[in-house]
Parts: sequence; structure tokens; C-alpha cells
Amino acid sequence: MFAYLVNRLLQAIGVMLVVALFAFIISNYVGDPINNMLGQDATHEDRARLRQELGLDDPAPVQFGRFVGEALRGNFGISYQMKRPVSHLIIERLPATLELVFVAAIIALVLGITGGVFTGLRRNAVSSRAIMTISLVGVSLPTFVIGILLIYGFAVLPKSCVHGVHLFGTLLFDCADVAMISLPSFGRGETVDIGAWQSGLFTAEGWRHLILPGVTLSLFNLTLILRLVRSEMLEVLRTDYIKFARARGLTDRAVHFGHALKNTLVPVITVAGIQIGSLIAFSTITETVFQWPGMGLLFIQSVQFADVPIMTAYLVMAALIFVVINFTVDVLYATIDPRLRADRVAAGRA
Amino acid sequence: MNADRLRDRLAGAGLGRRWARLRASDLYYSFRRSPTTMAAAVVTFVLVVGAVFAPLLAPHTPFVPASIDINDAFKPPAWAEGGDWRFVFGTDNQGRDMLSTIMYGGRLSIIVGFAAVALAMSLGILLGLSAGYVGGWYESAVMRVADVQLTIPGILLALLIDGVVRAILPPNSKEDYASLVLVVAIGLASWPQYARVVRSAALVEKSKDYVAAARVIGVPSLTIMLRHILPNVMGPVLVIATLGLALAIIAEATLSFLGVGLPPTSPSLGTLIRVGNDFLFSGEWWITLFPALALIILSLAVNLLGDWLRDALNPKLR
Repeated sequence: MFAYLVNRLLQAIGVMLVVALFAFIISNYVGDPINNMLGQDATHEDRARLRQELGLDDPAPVQFGRFVGEALRGNFGISYQMKRPVSHLIIERLPATLELVFVAAIIALVLGITGGVFTGLRRNAVSSRAIMTISLVGVSLPTFVIGILLIYGFAVLPKSCVHGVHLFGTLLFDCADVAMISLPSFGRGETVDIGAWQSGLFTAEGWRHLILPGVTLSLFNLTLILRLVRSEMLEVLRTDYIKFARARGLTDRAVHFGHALKNTLVPVITVAGIQIGSLIAFSTITETVFQWPGMGLLFIQSVQFADVPIMTAYLVMAALIFVVINFTVDVLYATIDPRLRADRVAAGRA
Repeated sequence: MNADRLRDRLAGAGLGRRWARLRASDLYYSFRRSPTTMAAAVVTFVLVVGAVFAPLLAPHTPFVPASIDINDAFKPPAWAEGGDWRFVFGTDNQGRDMLSTIMYGGRLSIIVGFAAVALAMSLGILLGLSAGYVGGWYESAVMRVADVQLTIPGILLALLIDGVVRAILPPNSKEDYASLVLVVAIGLASWPQYARVVRSAALVEKSKDYVAAARVIGVPSLTIMLRHILPNVMGPVLVIATLGLALAIIAEATLSFLGVGLPPTSPSLGTLIRVGNDFLFSGEWWITLFPALALIILSLAVNLLGDWLRDALNPKLR
């Protein structure tokens, strides 16, 4: 186990070094840092002095070493566009993204697992088939289109209500009812400061603002988990120990949840863990659609304006998050399943 | 005269034989057996033809300033109150016909999608095939890079590459190279899938007798790779490419929607949705929802084709 851990850790460090090298190349050779700091009109002497001060005349390996050292201390330079340290910008924006990802993960897990169990147990019911068909659409819709459709359905339509909702000539909901489901579609609403952490989780407005972006971000992973739980349930329900549990006369409830569901959870936890990385990636899109003031929106703006320091910082941070998640999942997996441990070490050596 | 006729007859016979062979194939059989696939194929065909031949088929020329009239702006779809049958899906803020802009936009989306898939496929085949055939440290280096890349979601990587390339380009030429930047970003972000599949298939093929035989009679390595191994690993590559086309079209639309893709002067479906999004709140829903609908239908149809191809080419699932 120890050898396996060390092996994985070395790999993770290797990946981070490669990513850092890319970030270093981007930040040093894309655009001209001197021009960006002094402007076009600076004199030749000023340029030379700044080059000297910033150490841009040193050999590349020395500069790379310094880059890694600065990155380890969280220093990624100053944003071209906002003229502020990148680390401050990211720390300001981080809580918004983490809260959004957290809410989306909870939605995906809760609805995905209940939906998967339901469709797995009643595989032929009309409602199950309907859920499966809808989930197919959910997988194939691009995130930003889901966001726009939700904004249209829950923010635009309720406000433009004139006649109420009719079905075959009878009034189903009048405009007062419709106004009740109207949801905010941009920003975070009211936030509460807890130290440096601006939180939207403690106000009703904050929660209302979280609903649409949270659902948008969770939808892909929700369908993924739903389908995974369903197929695992179908598999487990066929096994002998479920037949035996039934033969023992256990209640359906005990069989389904005590025996079947428990055994489907290992792959679900793995997939959910890995997918947290994808939630952070896709939060860039969701944040743009809903003007959510998080890291993703910051990153998109940096791409639009070619703001290299923010881009490199985001690259390093995203890679770090993915590497940490993958490492944790690998370790968890090895603890749960000893067979894998032996295989992977052998494969790693080969 | 006689020779010409003979050649025509031979060409006809060749075509006929190909058609007969196609009709007798497993692929054709499973195609006819699946109504969903046939519907998806028809939809894809209609959309692709409508988009590719947009300059010929579109009812209006939305990007010729002289042909649009600002008085036609914000017309709702023809069937809605105040609609005009000249503009079936309504018009946008500048009085451009939505149906025509969608056709032109779809054209760009499809072209960028195809080009990105072609780039990713060529890169993936090149690296995967050589990695599988050569082996050694070269193989582990290529596959390690692919592994690292696969841990980061493709859309994030495409965004990063897009940002870096845009930073390298001189500021005033960004719009000229926008579609090229997109192709490079999406292509570079998605080669590892191809490389992985090609490498593992090449490893299997490499140890077979026909490769050994070719090597014994002195066929050069490059020829063995391209003429002998490559045709045998193309099946799975085609499946990934079809599914990849849907992903590439969505990725292009996403980047354009985020404002780092094609500019509003030559919009793709994603740009149209982005521009139209500004009018969603003032009630002009058709400016954003129709391009979104076109994108959804296009990606869904291509996806269904890819799923069918995967099942049809994989005998284990049958």
C-alpha cells in the first residue's frame, strides 16, 4: 500500500510540474510582460532596468525555478486588465464558485440516486421510461442551452404573464400563481460575510439565486449518476445474494436499500468524485450564462481579454484540483478494493 | 466512341456492384432495422445540406448590408401575431431573416466542427499509430501526455488553448483567424481519445501474422503502419469521429457563446444564441431560441448516428 501511495504521489507531482512548465511558457513567452507593465512608450533604459529587476535575463531553468517558487506561495503576478494581484482576485471569487459547485453536486447526487433506484426497480413502468427518455435529452443538451431555456421558462415567461396559463381553454394558473415560480436569473443576490468568505447560503435570496444555476450545472451529472445507479441496480438485483435475501423473507425495503443499493454505491462514489472536477470546469459556462461572480466568469473574461496572468493561475489551480481529486479517488479505490492495488502497482512498474 | 461507351458501362457496373455490396452489408441491415437511426440520418442530411448550400438555398442574404432593412427588425415568427411570411422564423435586431442567419450560422458551425474533428483525428492517428508501433519511451511519453490531458475536461482545455492563441495573435487580426483558432483549440483538446483507441488497436494488430509477413518481405515501417495496420483500426476511429463531431459542434457553439469564438460579423450558431440572449428578457424569444433549437437538433441527430455506428460496428453488443 505504501509503495502504491508513493507511486501515485510521484505521478501527481510529475503532472503538476508538467502543467507548471506549460504555465511558465505561456506566462513568459505569450505577449511581452515588459510592454504590458510599462506600456508602449517606455524608454529603452527603463525596459532594460525592469528586465533586470524581474530577472528576465536569467537562464530559463532559473526563471522556471523562480516561477514554481512564486506559484507555491500563491503569487501569479498582477492582472493586466484589473491591475490587481491575481491571488486576491481568485480568493475573492472562489467562495461563489465553491458554493455553486457544492449545491450542484448535492442536487446531482440526491436526485440522481433516487431517480436511478426508482427507474432500476420499476424498469418497465411508464414513469421510468419517461425519466430515461428525458435523461437522454439532458445528456445531449449543451450546458449553456439548458441555462437559457431555464432562464426563459422561470425568469422571462412568468414576468411576461398577461393571460395566465391555459390548457384547452380552462385557466390552470393565473398570473399571481405564475409569479410565485419566478426565479432570479443573474448574480448571487444578498450575501453574508463570514470572515473573508462571502456566502449566499444564509439568506433566502441567496438560495433563490442558487436554484437556476445550480440545476443547470447539475443536470449533466444528474443524468450520468441516474443512469449509472440504474444499470448497477439492474445488475445487482440479478445476483444470487438478492435472491437469497428475498428467499429469507426480508421486506422489499430491506432488500432494495439494505442489500442492493449499498452494493451499487462504490462505483457511484468514484464517478461522483471524478465528476466534481467536471463541475468546476463546467461552472465557467454556467457562471457566464447567469453572470455568477465566480472564478469561472473571471477566467472567461481573462480569455476574452488575453489576460495571461489570470489564465496561467487558473490553469495551475484547475490542474491542482483535478490532480488532488484523482489522487484521492485512486487512494480510496485502493482501500476499498485490494485487487486493484496489486494490479496498478504492477502496471505502474511495467 | 466505342471505348467511351465501354468505360461508361464499366463505371456503371462498378457503381452497381458497390451498391449491391452496400445493401448486403451488416451495416446497411442494422441501418434499415433502426427507425430512429434512419430518422436521424434524414434530419442530419437535411440540416447539413441546408447549411452547406446556404448561399444557394437561403431565402435572404443576411450578411449583405444592402439587402436588409432596419424596418423589418424584431418581426416575430410568421405564425405569431404581427408575423410576416417573408420571414418564417422572424427577424433579429437588424432586420435579418432568422432562417437565413441560422442556415449561414449552421454552415460555419458544421465547417468548424468537421475541421476540428479532422485535426484531432489526424493528430490522434499519427501519434497513436506511431506510439503503438514504435513502443518504448516514445510510447510512454505520448500516452502519458494523453493521460494528463484526459484528466482535464475538454472544454476547459479548448478554452485555455483558445486564450493562449488569442494572446499570441496581434490584437487587430483576432477576428480574421477566429475560425482557425477554434479549429486548433477544439482539435488539440480532443486528440487523446483517438490516440488511445488507435494505439491499443495497433498493439493488437502489430503481433498478427500479416504484419510479421510484411516485415519479413521488407516492407518499410511507414508503409506497414499506413497501408496495413491503419485500415484495420479505422472502425473504432470512425465511431469516435462521429460522436466527436457532435461534441465539436457543441464545443464550438459553447466557445462562441462565451464570446471567445466566432465574432458577430460572421456568426456561428453559438454566436447567434449569444447575440439573441440579450433580447430574451425583452420578449423577443425567437432570436435566441431558434438557433438554440437548430443546435440541439443537429447535435442530437449526429449523436444518434454515432451511437448507431458504435453498436453496429461492435459485434459484442449485438
